[in-house]
Amino acid sequence: MKLSVWTYEGPPHVGAMRVATGMTGLHYVLHAPQGDTYADLLFTMIERRNHRPPVTYTTFQARDLGSDTADLFKQTCMDAYERFRPQALIVGASCTAELIQDDPGGLAARMGLPVPVIPLELPSYQRKENWGASETFFQIVRHLAKPCAPTAGLTCNILGGTALGFRHRDDVAEITRLLEGLGIGVNVAAPLGASPADIARLPAAEFNVMLYPEIAEPACRWLEREHGQKYTRTVPIGVGATRDFVAEVAEITGMAPPVRADESQLRLPWWSASVDSTYLTGKRVFIFGDGTHALAAARVARDEMGFEVVGLGCYNREFARDIRAAAKDYGVTPLITDDYLDVEAAIEQVQPEMILGTQMERHIGKRLGIPCAVISAPVHVQDFPARYSPVMGHEGANVLFDTWVHPLVMGLEEHLLHMFREDFEFHDDAGPSHLSGHAKPAPKLEIVPDAPAPEGAFIWAIDAEKELRKIPFFVRGKARRNTETFAAERGIEAISIETLYDAKAHYAR
Amino acid sequence: MTSVITEPLGCSDAPILKERGQREVFCGLTGIVWLHRKMQDAFFLVVGSRTCAHLLQSAAGVMIFAEPRFGTAIMEEKDLAGLADANEELDREVDRLLARRPDIKQLFLVGSCPSEVIKLDLSRAAERLTDRHGPHVQVVNYSGSGIETTFTQGEDACLAALVPTLGVTADKQLMLVGSLPDVVEDQFVRLFKAMGIEAVRSFPATERGLAPKVGPGTKVLLAQPFLGDAAAALAARDADILSAPFPFGADGTAAWISIGARAMGVPQARIDAVLETPHRRASNAVAKVAQNLRGKTVFLFPDSQLEIPLARFLARECGMIPIEVGSPYIHGSLVADDLALLPKGPLISEGQDVDRQLDRARDARPDLTVCGLGLANPLEAEGLTTKWAIELVFSPIHGFEQAADLAELFARPIRRRAMIDSMHPARVTA
Ligand code: SF4
Repeated sequence: MKLSVWTYEGPPHVGAMRVATGMTGLHYVLHAPQGDTYADLLFTMIERRNHRPPVTYTTFQARDLGSDTADLFKQTCMDAYERFRPQALIVGASCTAELIQDDPGGLAARMGLPVPVIPLELPSYQRKENWGASETFFQIVRHLAKPCAPTAGLTCNILGGTALGFRHRDDVAEITRLLEGLGIGVNVAAPLGASPADIARLPAAEFNVMLYPEIAEPACRWLEREHGQKYTRTVPIGVGATRDFVAEVAEITGMAPPVRADESQLRLPWWSASVDSTYLTGKRVFIFGDGTHALAAARVARDEMGFEVVGLGCYNREFARDIRAAAKDYGVTPLITDDYLDVEAAIEQVQPEMILGTQMERHIGKRLGIPCAVISAPVHVQDFPARYSPVMGHEGANVLFDTWVHPLVMGLEEHLLHMFREDFEFHDDAGPSHLSGHAKPAPKLEIVPDAPAPEGAFIWAIDAEKELRKIPFFVRGKARRNTETFAAERGIEAISIETLYDAKAHYAR
Repeated sequence: MTSVITEPLGCSDAPILKERGQREVFCGLTGIVWLHRKMQDAFFLVVGSRTCAHLLQSAAGVMIFAEPRFGTAIMEEKDLAGLADANEELDREVDRLLARRPDIKQLFLVGSCPSEVIKLDLSRAAERLTDRHGPHVQVVNYSGSGIETTFTQGEDACLAALVPTLGVTADKQLMLVGSLPDVVEDQFVRLFKAMGIEAVRSFPATERGLAPKVGPGTKVLLAQPFLGDAAAALAARDADILSAPFPFGADGTAAWISIGARAMGVPQARIDAVLETPHRRASNAVAKVAQNLRGKTVFLFPDSQLEIPLARFLARECGMIPIEVGSPYIHGSLVADDLALLPKGPLISEGQDVDRQLDRARDARPDLTVCGLGLANPLEAEGLTTKWAIELVFSPIHGFEQAADLAELFARPIRRRAMIDSMHPARVTA
């Protein structure tokens, strides 16, 4: 038993719903109590879907237990088939139904429905949403993909996009465009946008693009083993990774090197080189998200934006190994946890200048007064913009530049804040002018000369406190922390102006 | 002014369509979202699964607090293996929680479907934990599970579980039952005081120390139609449960307050004198907003059990025509007055078979459909105008001063639909 307040991932059947809702012509019969229907609103509200998810819940109640929940399941299955006439059904249990052990897969299989019925075993008390999505997609592919003649031209499948995914809709479009530029067509993109009939013809493509390893890896591995389709490992997020992805595609398809995509629409490199971006140099960023997006963000942050990565972690343990290896490279301690309180503590401790995280970290950032850009699920309604907004490929790189720089104080503006910080318009509480009300200043320092210092805290001389207050709010937390660390290392208990500037000199970069 | 409740017509004898198909409603856990805000020294600990945690998070939406006063003890594989272990684990999590949160004075152990299916006895656990953490912390259990409760029934179960903890009094007092926003509660209390009733108590109270006592002198005025079990528990403690229409709209509020005041022995003339101004002000405000609603049809999907009283308000005070009034559960005795006041005509349904109900709504093409969040956008995409029902539970809608706001909740989607149709006559839905 573990006390949890906010969770990064839902239960595994929500992952299955993401696959089913992304597809067409598929229906999911879920053995579950009424309250589990809340999951529909994730799709209809957060993603603004215009259809109900293709899910029929049995909504059994206490009075049904022990008597006829199995009959209820069969009846629901039959009704759902009659009403929706899907090309295929997936059937399974949510956490409660798992305990009553009705075996939905077995029951449905014996009903003799005229369409494929795919049973899902998603252990709710061990696994989570991403795993549920990957297992569901794998089972669908395993049951439906059939050997077939290769497509006429050179084609691939783009695998892993689902409903409710972070920017999946636009990533699939962007990578389709990138591949078309290389002369490669897309046979099927799945699960997002595919029908069971489309899944059947997956093997007709030359190779697979594993767009989201969290969801597509088991399916990609199986397709390679059973149908000889190679698959890409590189996730094309950022300039470097997109180039690596193109190179990997070239190698898989045997194109003669050098293969390079048309980069005329790629603006990140120049935007990063232009002088206004000088102020991005060494910005200390804390990165947390799903493994794939966190790893990709770290690379872009350090190698393409010139930030300093001061924290790196993910919530899906399946990627712990990759994150640990990368963290070593960045010289940071890896954070593998699905407890947002741990994440908050880690962020509070390293006092980054920006967080690249999920919706959870956005709230942490709000509380701590640290700007945050969202790079990964879990998502909220604002992560489904009306505009085209991929994070992959060339346009994706442009989008990353914009969305990461936006929360930061703009370059010129930052200088002005330094120069005029005593001026009334540039006072401490004025955040970036384009984000009114966004930035929260660090807690106000109350200077109470006679009050004893709290236990374990440093004694700041009054003039040192005053000097500290002259430092702009967005770096003040770091200055305080650095000074105190510096003082602690030297056994200094009372911090004077001298200590402050000694520390500043010590940490100068 | 009180004549509204004496008319012998309406839907009292209307047949009720009982549906037992697929339901599209929240479970009782959802009530925690508003209950924890009302009871400020309480923590709600759900003993459940990742699904329960995810539901709470999704229902709470963007209201992310640093550390809210609710959480889920997520059961894992090993908790399912043996109940002894599960109990031990629960005790440990509670110890940790209470050590970290010394401000907590009441702890609710909230049962879920998984905890009920494995028969984890939370009442025993609550006793055990009370021995351990009392008297500083009072531990009470109730079920918010989806196999036992629907949405607002969670609050009913919570309050019913609290009743045995209330002290005894024989004093004459008026008890308002149901967690109302403070602003609404204060308005009611002010009006009763103006009539000379000093002994007005609220249940639940904002803090454990302020919990009301109960006994033979207690007159209970229910503020919500879904509090059947809580009412029964209070009746078992010798309280007198008053029958009244619910305080929605100007007339509904006037009738509700009058019944409470009369039970406390206030003469009608005094009641009328106090209510006259606010009643008139509310009626005028509602009438203005209702211009947009008159003659329009409305279809209510089952959600919060507020449907019957709300339909009564929409029909009588806003001039709307209810086509179907669905409720997840109908406490016949509690909504009797509202049913009597609801003009004949609409289909009254209890329970749900969501696909069949959607078919009925599509056939009827109502001007306004009141439904849950899972159905709203899909119905909008089909050209129906919708109002999310959940807002009716999360916003202050009771009482005189909120009566026009309540009407506005229904009027706004209709106005917006007209705007959208003129701004974007042709539109593609996502
Ligand atoms: S319906 Fe049951 S399992 Fe689902 S969220 Fe509610 S209590 Fe938890």
